[in-house]
Amino acid sequence: MENLLITILLTSIPILLAGLGELVTEKSGVLNLGVEGMMLCGAVAALGSVLIFGNPYIGILFGAVAGILISTVFSFFTITLMTNQVATGLGLTIFATALTGLIGEPFVGKTAASLPKLEIIFLSDIPYLGKILFSNDILVYFAIFLIFFIHFGFQNTKLGIIIRAVGDNHDSAHSIGYSVKLVRWISTSFGGMCAGMGGAYIPLALTPHWSEGMTAGKGWIALALVVFASWMPIRLLIGALIFGGITILQFVAQARGWDVPSQFLNMLPYLATILALALISFKLKHNNYAPACLGKHFLGNK
Amino acid sequence: MIEFTPRKIQSSFWTILSPIISITMTILIGSLIFKILSYPVIESLYQVFVSPFSRPDRIADIFVKACPLIIIGLGLIFCFKANIWNIGAEGQFILGALCAGSFALLFPETKTYTLLFSMFLIGFVGGAIWASIPAILKVRLNVNEILVSLMLVYVAMLFIDFVVRGPLRDPMSFGFPLSKVYPDGAIISKVDFPFIGFLGQFHYGIFITLILCPLIWFFINKTLPGFQIKIFGSSARASEFAGFNKNKITIYVLLVSGGLSGVAGVIEVSANMGRLQPEVSFGYGFTAIIVAFLGRLNPYGVVIAGIIIATAKLGADNAQMVLGIPKVVTGIFEGMLLFFLLAGETIQKYKISIRKDN
Repeated sequence: MENLLITILLTSIPILLAGLGELVTEKSGVLNLGVEGMMLCGAVAALGSVLIFGNPYIGILFGAVAGILISTVFSFFTITLMTNQVATGLGLTIFATALTGLIGEPFVGKTAASLPKLEIIFLSDIPYLGKILFSNDILVYFAIFLIFFIHFGFQNTKLGIIIRAVGDNHDSAHSIGYSVKLVRWISTSFGGMCAGMGGAYIPLALTPHWSEGMTAGKGWIALALVVFASWMPIRLLIGALIFGGITILQFVAQARGWDVPSQFLNMLPYLATILALALISFKLKHNNYAPACLGKHFLGNK
Repeated sequence: MIEFTPRKIQSSFWTILSPIISITMTILIGSLIFKILSYPVIESLYQVFVSPFSRPDRIADIFVKACPLIIIGLGLIFCFKANIWNIGAEGQFILGALCAGSFALLFPETKTYTLLFSMFLIGFVGGAIWASIPAILKVRLNVNEILVSLMLVYVAMLFIDFVVRGPLRDPMSFGFPLSKVYPDGAIISKVDFPFIGFLGQFHYGIFITLILCPLIWFFINKTLPGFQIKIFGSSARASEFAGFNKNKITIYVLLVSGGLSGVAGVIEVSANMGRLQPEVSFGYGFTAIIVAFLGRLNPYGVVIAGIIIATAKLGADNAQMVLGIPKVVTGIFEGMLLFFLLAGETIQKYKISIRKDN
């Protein structure tokens, strides 16, 4: 049981990290559909750097930097050149899937070192909870920290409130003197960094091998989770854990020998995403939490 | 500081020029990538863009490859014109192929082409049903169609995998996940050109694009529903004031686009595979998005774009064989091409000037 809960937590980390980043990006009014692509960049950069340097922490760094770099391509086109965000995000995913396929080819069949578990003294000795919560790798702690950081950041810090202002009404934010485009660049880069780290987590902790398109739709699920969480970081954790649980269900079913074709079990995360989106849209039919300027261009001439 | 001023009149000249510039830019940066990866640049470009034209049968195969791209792309015109983002054409393609294939396998001895015609119908319905899921969720609950249609791609891939490994698996397939071979009446045959004979895999299904293209052009440009779709896409508010039913338009464009993807699936399997297998599409549904944009959402443009992209796809296969360049590079080219096309749209819509900050 303990192991099961730990596995669920670990499985949810890539979606959680990517979702948190996308949440910040979307709060600033930018819809980046390239999360899947940015995660792949993070994954391949992490794996490659670990194979070269042998240190998994370097992998996190490279994953984050790769995420930021690829997100600047998106920022340049959508924020500076004002291209359509949906299509550019799609383009980014197509581009990054191919690019990482090309870069990752030499890594096929090689195994990367995993992130070590860090036990927190005293806390990890608490029965049950200690094992589950306080003896994990650094990115787990970081992801949990990030939830609260973003939550309080949006509530209590000036930067958080500026980001929200830019996302909810860019004209007003501009008229009081904030640079809408700069804020969006920063938020999108933050999203790229988180997606890169989320992607990096896959080879560094879950499956230490490279395979083309290894994120298998996790980036898209993260995008859906942001909607499901109504742009609230703490709800994102709940959503990510549910998805971790659903993904793990396949392995439980296999281990227990349930007589369900594996394909149907593999479908569950995707079907659950659709169901979650439908349920949340049903509930919020008249109360939309989405940032008001999400996906809208800012000319910046006024 | 860069300043964008919306243009009052958009030049139609630019509509044609921008894809050409985009392709040129893509080739330039593509050469740079080849250079960085230390592949011979000229030879690589030759393989990707010219070698598919080097033999008549290769030229014929361009059309074979372009056929599904064009048919899906033609359907996507409807969605994208209406500003509905169907990115799940891949799944609709699979469902169309699967439904029609399952139907064909019910009549193993059929030799008449009535079977093939019913398959087209069933494939259309299959694809349309798959697209109706995002459509209904969008209309009823305002669920984002992008995410739903994409999630259904994964579901469709897993579903066909289950079907060909389970219920439809040929007992004589030696354990391979393959269905039985289609009956004769379900096969689209290759074209036997007079005096020349067969050319590559060139099949009769390709002629369907020739019929569809002008039909769709007429529908979009000369009929009221086509007009409604365009107005809805360019200004949802204006279309509301005009009294157009936005739900009806949303469902309609998704059904047509899903249906056409389904038909593309039927043709692809009936002409090139002759049986169902786990992989019936090779990313056609995603590539067709690029095709639709490169074709500037114009049916004739989509045909040309389909041929260009198909050329590059076949060329990349050749480049892989001759030079060992992984063929995923086409994806890099496709992504870049889309970026440049979208940037071209900005230049078309806005006048860009550089102003000094005071």
